[in-house]
Amino acid sequence: MKVLVPIKRVIDYNVKARVKADNSGVDLTNVKMALNPFCEIAIEEAIRLKEAGTATEVIAVTIGAKASQEQLRTALALGADKAIHIETDEKLESLHVAKLLAKIVEQEVPELVILGKQSIDSDNNQTGQMLAALTGRGQGTFASKVDVANGTINVTREVDGGLQTVALKLPAVVTTDLRLNEPRYASLPNIMKAKRKPLEVIAADSLGVDLTPRIQLVTVNEPAKRSGGIIVNDVAQLVDLLKTQAKVI
Amino acid sequence: MKTLVIADHDNGILKPETSKTINAALKLGFAVDVLIAGENVAPMSEAVASIAGVNGVLVADNSAYAHQLAENIADLVLSLAPDYSHLVASATTTGKNFMPRVAALLDVAQISEIIDVVDADTFKRPIYAGNAIATVKSLDSKKVITVRASSFDLQDEQTPAESRVVDSVFSSELSAFVSVEQTESERPELTAAQVVISGGRGMQNGENFSLLNGIADKLGAAIGASRAAVDAGFVPNDMQVGQTGKIVAPNLYIAVGISGAIQHLAGMKDSKVIVAINKDPDAPIFQVADYGLVADLFDVLPELEQAL
Ligand SMILES: Cc1cc2nc3c(=O)[nH]c(=O)nc-3n(C[C@H](O)[C@H](O)[C@H](O)COP(=O)(O)OP(=O)(O)OC[C@H]3O[C@@H](n4cnc5c(N)ncnc54)[C@H](O)[C@@H]3O)c2cc1C
Repeated sequence: MKVLVPIKRVIDYNVKARVKADNSGVDLTNVKMALNPFCEIAIEEAIRLKEAGTATEVIAVTIGAKASQEQLRTALALGADKAIHIETDEKLESLHVAKLLAKIVEQEVPELVILGKQSIDSDNNQTGQMLAALTGRGQGTFASKVDVANGTINVTREVDGGLQTVALKLPAVVTTDLRLNEPRYASLPNIMKAKRKPLEVIAADSLGVDLTPRIQLVTVNEPAKRSGGIIVNDVAQLVDLLKTQAKVI
Repeated sequence: MKTLVIADHDNGILKPETSKTINAALKLGFAVDVLIAGENVAPMSEAVASIAGVNGVLVADNSAYAHQLAENIADLVLSLAPDYSHLVASATTTGKNFMPRVAALLDVAQISEIIDVVDADTFKRPIYAGNAIATVKSLDSKKVITVRASSFDLQDEQTPAESRVVDSVFSSELSAFVSVEQTESERPELTAAQVVISGGRGMQNGENFSLLNGIADKLGAAIGASRAAVDAGFVPNDMQVGQTGKIVAPNLYIAVGISGAIQHLAGMKDSKVIVAINKDPDAPIFQVADYGLVADLFDVLPELEQAL
């Protein structure tokens, strides 16, 4: 089984995003960038499927500027067999990304596409579902467990009321939640080896996808600031203030 | 111009998110119809029809919709889409699952988790774990929108609007329901509670979460958790509050043994009053707390229960 893992370069999750002074966006100059945490989980799962003998080949793909090849190399170091870079300097929307990925699905015909449920920058939570729709596949979103057997993949999903398990016909699309696995770190020898693994570059505008924006970013603002609070001395004072000052109990 | 809201429910029990999502949808300025899709959902139609501002209710009652499988719900919504300019659902795990599928099938973008309606095309939504608020304008002729319910109010009631039955059945071969593990709780739902008390890694284990029970009982509170507490297996996943868990905005949020990581704050920093109990005076949670108590939680939780 061939597994395709779409990944994204994003702000490191430990860094607090700052809004640009002109409100045109978030300032990413000299900010530490990393692989989106949910994508790390997706790669890990694909590699585990390969180690278990279920997957035969793991392909990582990303869409973005030249710098995102760094994240593809990370994926290769973690165990992906080859990488595809769809190069563009445009800021694409989830629908565009899903359409470009659908082209790669057409080319590579993976039986499983596994990707993060959301990227921690745009927080859209759309791409996997859109890709499933565009490729006519079933979708198992927010996965905390996957099980492949006999042309079916059982996906246990984290939902608001607990856990739901669905059975999807392969080929299918799965999006990862936090508790699917704990990603490994790449070892130094594997990082060295990754440099020699194949990385194909494709220009985004060569794939015949209309990338016209559907959403216009009007402005980006700071969220409302919370005014500073106070440190109370003890439980008695806390309860008293909640009753008399905050009036919430 | 007309809006279709897709109701969110759990086995026939209407979720409060639906009323709040209707509140958001009405801000678009058009008539609002509501679709209820599920199995044996007809009894719920009265409750939905009685939410103020609802113009009409569409009831699709079939076993194909019983488990809200995205493939089936998306096809159903798609079949109704020609009559509507705006399709709106709550950003619950159900809405997040099927709505992007609808958007892609319609070849339009989705605007995720709006927190404000500026006008019928323009919306505010948090990005970067809520550290920035983007104002975005949809350029598509049809809008597909999910709503962060905690940012909108509940609607009042009205004399029930008309209901009609939708007969079409979409039952995809692509996916099938296997099982569900529902977390049972007597407490109010996290996203509906006026008071939430959450425990973090500082709770040390699942048993210690019972220290929160007495306090929650006295305050009528829901109990939440940080990711660390869920990952460690102290409590189930549906208790996670944060960027990738549930978003809450109660009157009172009490964070116990939670450090206050960006991702946790993203899920609770719009609460009206925040209390933090943490033994580390430098914990970032104190930067957003209205009232901070620097103490060992094992000392002060029993005291707090007593004092209430
Ligand atoms: C992609 C991604 C998504 C994430 N999504 C979420 C999310 O949705 N929600 C979420 O919560 N996190 C999320 N996280 C995780 C987040 O980054 C933090 O790791 C997590 O919130 C930490 O949980 P915590 O505060 O319980 O644990 P810690 O950070 O370990 O904090 C424990 C706190 O308990 C205090 N403490 C310990 N013992 C005591 C005691 N006896 N008395 C009083 N205080 C005590 C300590 O001083 C400390 O401040 C996400 C992370 C990533 C990468």
